[in-house]
Amino acid sequence: MASPSAAARLDHWLPRIVLAPSFILSFLFIYGLIAWNGYLSVSASRLLPNYEFVGFQQYATLFANERWMVALKNLAIFSTLFIGFSMAVGLLLAILLDQKIRVEGVLRTVYLYPMALSFIVTGTAWKWILNPGLGLEHLMHQWGFENFTFDWLVNPDYAIYTVVIAGVWQSAGFVMALFLAGLRGIDDSIIKAAQIDGATLPQVYWRIIIPSMRPVFFSTLMVLAHIAIKSFDLVMALTAGGPGFATDVPATFMYTHAFTRGQIGLGAASATVMLATVAAIVVPYLYSELRSQRR
Amino acid sequence: MKKMEMTRRHARTLLAVAAGLTVAGLSQAGEVEVLHWWTSGGEAKAASALKATLQGKGHTWKDFAVAGGGGDSAMTVLKSRVVSGNAPAAAQIKGPSLQEWAAEGVLANIDDVAKTEKWDSVLPPVVANVMKYKGNYIAAPVNVHRVNWLWANPEAFKKAGAKVPTSWDEFFVAADKLKAAGIIPIAHGGQNWQDFTTFESVALGVGGTEFYKKALVQLDQGSLKSPTMEKVLTTFKKVHGYTDKNAPGRDWNLATAMVIKGEAGMQLMGDWAKGEFIAAGKAPGKDFVCAAAPGTAKAFTFNVDSFAMFKLKNEANVKAQKDLAAAIMSTDFQEVFNLNKGSIPVRLNMDLAKFDDCAKLSSKDFVDTAKSGALVPSVAHGMAVPSAAAGAIQDAVSQYWNSDKMTAAEAMAKIATAAQTK
Repeated sequence: MASPSAAARLDHWLPRIVLAPSFILSFLFIYGLIAWNGYLSVSASRLLPNYEFVGFQQYATLFANERWMVALKNLAIFSTLFIGFSMAVGLLLAILLDQKIRVEGVLRTVYLYPMALSFIVTGTAWKWILNPGLGLEHLMHQWGFENFTFDWLVNPDYAIYTVVIAGVWQSAGFVMALFLAGLRGIDDSIIKAAQIDGATLPQVYWRIIIPSMRPVFFSTLMVLAHIAIKSFDLVMALTAGGPGFATDVPATFMYTHAFTRGQIGLGAASATVMLATVAAIVVPYLYSELRSQRR
Repeated sequence: MKKMEMTRRHARTLLAVAAGLTVAGLSQAGEVEVLHWWTSGGEAKAASALKATLQGKGHTWKDFAVAGGGGDSAMTVLKSRVVSGNAPAAAQIKGPSLQEWAAEGVLANIDDVAKTEKWDSVLPPVVANVMKYKGNYIAAPVNVHRVNWLWANPEAFKKAGAKVPTSWDEFFVAADKLKAAGIIPIAHGGQNWQDFTTFESVALGVGGTEFYKKALVQLDQGSLKSPTMEKVLTTFKKVHGYTDKNAPGRDWNLATAMVIKGEAGMQLMGDWAKGEFIAAGKAPGKDFVCAAAPGTAKAFTFNVDSFAMFKLKNEANVKAQKDLAAAIMSTDFQEVFNLNKGSIPVRLNMDLAKFDDCAKLSSKDFVDTAKSGALVPSVAHGMAVPSAAAGAIQDAVSQYWNSDKMTAAEAMAKIATAAQTK
């Protein structure tokens, strides 16, 4: 039998002991590696890590690189449209599913299923669907619509939008699930009260339900934003950054330069910029969340 | 209970000691760990030939095969191994990347093997230079791929009433005829390295060997901004007009399949395309034609695969590594490997009786151009310039190929800037 004081001490230490391994591991392998990457980005590293300090030279090279600017522009286009459309489509689906319809469970599964696929599968499938010689355009021609053209995938000016299409297709169902959960969490009596006051259904949604789902919006935004910034597999499978480098995004840029062209320093600099982008979104959000919790 | 545990522990210790003794007893025979990505069909067969040779000498072979095409993933694994101080004996690395690795101080000097095996006299000097860092051999070459090939479907040419072109002027005449006959003139895969491969053949054909060397090997700014370069770029862009719309993203072997099926007339691709024709049961000279890319009959862009030798600590393993280097350059291995891979031996003066006509032509041109000085490294396949510059030029070339708006002059300026990437 342990004495009460020993039990109390165990109570005090046990959580710390149990949490220690994961704390140490994440400290080393997440924050440690972030720090290492940060150091590499100010080093002269080429093929292998090299610790000669060169200041911000890699960043200067990075921002003088046309391909990097294309990658940043693509990220802006992709993340804006991807987040916007995923949310709009997801919300619409959630609202439609929320109308107490039959076979809701089946429909929900149908829309949620794309989420179960990896982005590689999505990318490859859409690559075939959007290829003018194989997919949609070919099909339309076979059906007799000879003038139908949809060649965005092979057009350097529009190829990035095909990435948006595939991304939205995959993520809209997931967003729908999040919003549906949010909708179900709203107190029915508020809606009933509004209806008694004579509010129409669109008004109820627009004025009451959507505003009260603000936290859900935020968490969805968080999830989608980091999917957008990290997006690598989807682009690799769908276009591999092509035609040329028209659909390059920061993640594919980083991979190419750090791992296939022997420019680890430059790759590390681009990774740091990506991290900064994520931080720019996450930190203000966390700050506002924590502040509201304290209040 | 306790006794049994003791016995078990004893047994384990004995076993460990015994194992230690065995390892010590065989200390003369080393282990070679070889990183390669020859994991598919013919290539895997070729790799096992090398394995058998080394096992014949009593060494153990440890495969470090990382699947995945061009070896990007393999390189990533290799880097982490080298950084952690646990390099394999040899790794498939080629071109100026060899010098980049050597500059990191991780490659071994294998001059003694090269000397006893007389590499200097059996390798053309341009190729030998690629294998050296500061005058010392650091890698063993395996094979030679010729990049400036034109693959043609004679059926399609007959149908169109065209003849296989030997110059770029003839090329466009033939392409027009093919187009008129409803055949896609050029099968192309729109991936940036394939765009770059096409560019390389155009540059060599239009600009000539001297221009190629100056502009794409020495990266001479004057040549990169010359009227010749502008002509090269204009011709290159003209080729784009003869490809089909679905080309972007297509793999090279699918483009080859289009020529095999007669959907397309020609393809500009290195000699690895031959394997696809052979695998489809086509005979060289009869069912498909291999010719030098237009205007490059007297030149040869080489793509040489090689094994870089890493510095090792264990004496026995070093011995095994040297045997590996010697085995790679032996006539037996060169023959077996290249028959399987579709390339040609890197050794000069080898008996080619078992090789097909395309390989014989390739080998003849290899020997001739080695003498005439028209044997040049392939820029599109990482043989001519360091990977950073090659990548930047590839980006610019591929962007120009895919863009409808960029002019040749703009592309020229971009390529010249890209060439300065360090």
